[in-house]
Amino acid sequence: MAGGAASGGSSQSDTYAGARVWLLLPAWATLLILVVAPVGIMLVYSFLTKEFRGGVIWEFSWEAYDQFFFNRGLFGDEPPRIEWTYILIFWRSIWQAGVATLLSLAIGFPTACFIATRAPRQRPIWVFLVTIPYWVNLLIRTVSMKFLLRDNGPLNEALLGIGVISEPLHIVNTNLAVQLGLFYSYLPFMVLPIYAAVERYNFSLSEAAADLYAPRWTVLRRILLPAVKPGIVAGCILVFVPSLGSFLAPDLLGGARNFMIGSLIEEQFKGNAGNWPFGAAASMILLTLVLIILLFSARQQGRQEAR
Amino acid sequence: MTSIVKRALTTTAAAAVLSLGAGAVAAEGDLVIYHWFEYIPQELLDKFSEEYDVNVVMDTYDSNESLLAALKAGGMGTYDVAVPGDYMVEIMTNEGMLDVIADGELKNKGNISEEWADPSFDPGRKHSIPYQWGSTSFAVSRDVYDGDINTTAILFDPPEELSGQINMLDTQGEVLTMAALHMGIPQCTTDRDQLKALNQMVQAAKPHWASFNSDTAKEVLVSGDVAVGQIWDGFAARARAEGANIEYAFPKEGYVVWMDNVVLLKDAPNRENALLFMDFLLEPENIAAVTNYARYVAGVDGVEDFLDPELKTQPEANPPADAGPGVFVQACPQEIQEVYDQIWTNLKK
Repeated sequence: MAGGAASGGSSQSDTYAGARVWLLLPAWATLLILVVAPVGIMLVYSFLTKEFRGGVIWEFSWEAYDQFFFNRGLFGDEPPRIEWTYILIFWRSIWQAGVATLLSLAIGFPTACFIATRAPRQRPIWVFLVTIPYWVNLLIRTVSMKFLLRDNGPLNEALLGIGVISEPLHIVNTNLAVQLGLFYSYLPFMVLPIYAAVERYNFSLSEAAADLYAPRWTVLRRILLPAVKPGIVAGCILVFVPSLGSFLAPDLLGGARNFMIGSLIEEQFKGNAGNWPFGAAASMILLTLVLIILLFSARQQGRQEAR
Repeated sequence: MTSIVKRALTTTAAAAVLSLGAGAVAAEGDLVIYHWFEYIPQELLDKFSEEYDVNVVMDTYDSNESLLAALKAGGMGTYDVAVPGDYMVEIMTNEGMLDVIADGELKNKGNISEEWADPSFDPGRKHSIPYQWGSTSFAVSRDVYDGDINTTAILFDPPEELSGQINMLDTQGEVLTMAALHMGIPQCTTDRDQLKALNQMVQAAKPHWASFNSDTAKEVLVSGDVAVGQIWDGFAARARAEGANIEYAFPKEGYVVWMDNVVLLKDAPNRENALLFMDFLLEPENIAAVTNYARYVAGVDGVEDFLDPELKTQPEANPPADAGPGVFVQACPQEIQEVYDQIWTNLKK
């Protein structure tokens, strides 16, 4: 995002000079229609007055943001205090998404390294195998996950059968189930970018380090990880961001006992609340958070490349 | 290679010709239905489609509120008919979303049972016809608990063996109305002490609940994931038919009664076919097929001959003599609804 501006075409020939504006048109149109317009509508709606039972009245209002940050009691007539409810919901979502990202990294990184170290002809097969489950609809996969994890499901039956546990593990309707669900939903988004980075890595560098008596851990930490870091960062962002707004796994696997960002926003549009400006405001706050994370990581990356 | 391409091309061309042909004979037009999930047998839609030569398309929703939201967010003019519950018919009428069915436009209107011909939510049936009615209460697994279940305390202050094994419906109206019945306070109360007490009561009850889910309300009882589930009567009957050893409760404090209604939407693109469909659903034989499938009760006279015999004795549809009153959910005015929204957010934060 932020890095793109610097690389402009100063050294390019003048072949396309006249046509350049027009050649960029599809890209600009896509950005305008798919990014600027929807976000713009959301931004405008978040500053409008809510209409009872959904919809907006075209009058400017801060109320949605006020509701997010200030608590005025059950009847809305007490002096304002800081509202922790929504901050708590955001924190819970960030936590769940963070754990899911770490789980994906812990499994995804070795998987990617495994694939990248196979013979070149085998690699596409492994990549293909990683993507196969994702040809099935996410809803179906999430429901199947619930079948696997439930108290009398195959996982518990197997563990009971081999005597590892004496009571079934209670996983469904817990945070762990949500984290596992998110992890499973977005794992390939971690594996594929890391694989792309590791595949380009020259393993003779590791061998050279080992020849110079670097222990394995040092080779991993000082040689391999820095070289594939862009892939890891990309993978983490690709898992973290959709996890943050997801509501399928929290609803189905977590039992929907607590709002996540996604279900909180959904409730404003589909539930009784019918408070569209508040839903839009919560979305804008989420978007701002995500943009801060992305800008931060882009700057980090840029700094590293400049070094 | 070329022969494969050629063959592919000829098949495609043939398919195109076939579908063109099909298009030419099919359909006096379309009918676009917006309906609850799992609520109408496919055979009945096929029957209508064949009888009137109409191409039927159906989308589904999972709550009255999401129906309203989808229509408000640009769904008007897409659908011909929808199936809102009682209080939602009133809300949609006030929002100006429903078209008026003029006198004489429905030839089967006289089939509507007398008790449903002039309901409070649509006086004179200007916009709607009855679809099915039933109740919302809860079902309890008899494998887990054999005490008295006909009290709302099973949901809000459960005995120890049921605590942590309860699924609630994930809709504010059904949960908070049941909670009001449990506390014996009126719906949409303006009394602040009662509202505060309601807020505290549901928060104190929450640790007993395993999950909130409407879509899987039946499935979690069949699989045994929970021992108690807030549920609609027909869904409870179907869960029992699928092997769950459950009993549907009629609490002495009262339970929720609802009626779903087929409404004619404003700006319906196929208004004629919508009216045909409504007349079709007022035929006793057809609406009985819905009842046989969904296990609720029709609001049309003359269905008895077409019903499965076991429906007459179905425990979920026959409240015991000492059951509490069945009440409709009320649509609260804005300032009260906002307090309810706050209570719901507090509950789920």
